[in-house]
Amino acid sequence: MNVPPPPGLDAKAASPPLWLLLELTYRCPLHCAFCYNPTDFAKTSTELGTDDWIRVLREARKLGAVQLGLSGGEPLSRDDLEDIVAEAHTLGFYTNLVTSGVGLNERRISALKQAGLDHIQLSFQDSTRELNDFLSSTRTFDLKAKVAALIKQHDYPMVLNVVLHRLNIDHVEAILEMAERMGADYLELANTQYYGWAWHNRDQLLPSREQVERAEQATARFRERVGERMKVYFVVPDYFERRPKPCMNGLGSIFLTVTPDGTALPCHAAKMLPGLDFPNVKQHPVDWIWRDSPAFNHYRGDSWMKEPCRSCPEKHKDFGGCRCQAYLMTGDAANADPVCDKSPHHHLVEEAVARAGRTSPDRTRTEKPVLIFRDARNSRTISGCNG
Amino acid sequence: MSDIGLAAKPSIGKGFRLQWEPAQNAHVLLYPEGMVKLNGSAGEILKRCDGNRSVSAIVDDLEQAFGASGLSKDVTNFMTYAAAKKWIELRE
Repeated sequence: MNVPPPPGLDAKAASPPLWLLLELTYRCPLHCAFCYNPTDFAKTSTELGTDDWIRVLREARKLGAVQLGLSGGEPLSRDDLEDIVAEAHTLGFYTNLVTSGVGLNERRISALKQAGLDHIQLSFQDSTRELNDFLSSTRTFDLKAKVAALIKQHDYPMVLNVVLHRLNIDHVEAILEMAERMGADYLELANTQYYGWAWHNRDQLLPSREQVERAEQATARFRERVGERMKVYFVVPDYFERRPKPCMNGLGSIFLTVTPDGTALPCHAAKMLPGLDFPNVKQHPVDWIWRDSPAFNHYRGDSWMKEPCRSCPEKHKDFGGCRCQAYLMTGDAANADPVCDKSPHHHLVEEAVARAGRTSPDRTRTEKPVLIFRDARNSRTISGCNG
Repeated sequence: MSDIGLAAKPSIGKGFRLQWEPAQNAHVLLYPEGMVKLNGSAGEILKRCDGNRSVSAIVDDLEQAFGASGLSKDVTNFMTYAAAKKWIELRE
């Protein structure tokens, strides 16, 4: 998810967790190869009950949380979603449902509307049925198109999200036209960020620089034609940048995630970070977790930074980038995000991009790349867990 | 974007919600996956955009509330900006 820092807010220690993301479940009917969920999700066998989620909502709202993401997995897999939305709405959250659309029928969308749901973000994997269904390892394209119509019918702003990568980025023009036909108000073209399953499949998913440039040009042409009628966000893949993204506006600054079993994280990918004991909402109040827990304080501020970040004049602009990316690529989460060209590890990013440039996207497509899809069996195989 | 007519009746845009946030001591405008923290005057203007009052009625009300005069230009400038951002919708 793309989280723009709210303007006018500093990354002060223990400012409010403005963004609360509840990953209600890891159950998902889709098996997307670019999913950011942890590859060992199958180890999570328990989910918080309705009462626990509602307590989390109340405690986080008291701290100043205001934007609520309901995600997963597929949040519609939970039959108490309507109750959770209703409570969130009463508390004053702006409620965002992040969904594949699977499970959203007339009955449920009416109930969610009545409960006060503010916004639905619907994902598509591609503009074509063939690739949508291949990438998600399901037959869901036609269903999603129906759900898009249902969203419109219920007078929601229509917000579509398409994750881009090597296999669909050349279809950007068709994706934009599909969104326009459906009457989308917003389209987020989010280039894959390489965590979880996407990290596992990175070499099959990373586009070439030429592909990214063509997609940006197509987006610019579309914006010129369509103007304000539809807003298009093109989230540039950070591997092609020279400065890192201000990930989460710094850990512990505005963003709080709670995973299905109640583990609280300062970023939805942070569970991978070694040496941190992430607290669980079943054992601790959210207030303590956010303000006082060692895990949430570890990467607050800049005292954890090493060179070149520590003395960098831009450290309060990008906060050293992403801790997870630093850990995945360099083995040390306190290193600079290697996307930064000041990082001594920047060559790792350049090499990945160069590899992507050498493989023609056409060849990748005709040969059907070997993607590892997000499902429980693969999860158990990757994480060496038999549970 | 043309100038805002004084007879237009602005309301908060579809998908947006305006609310007071004690934790931030400010009005905020919420929208899909985002938030704008408003400064004092923006908050005072937007909270009067209820779809019933005209721009000129809002200007009168603000001038009275703050003991000021000649706010018309500031208010319509802000509304032009807010309308371009879809924060408000205008009905003539």
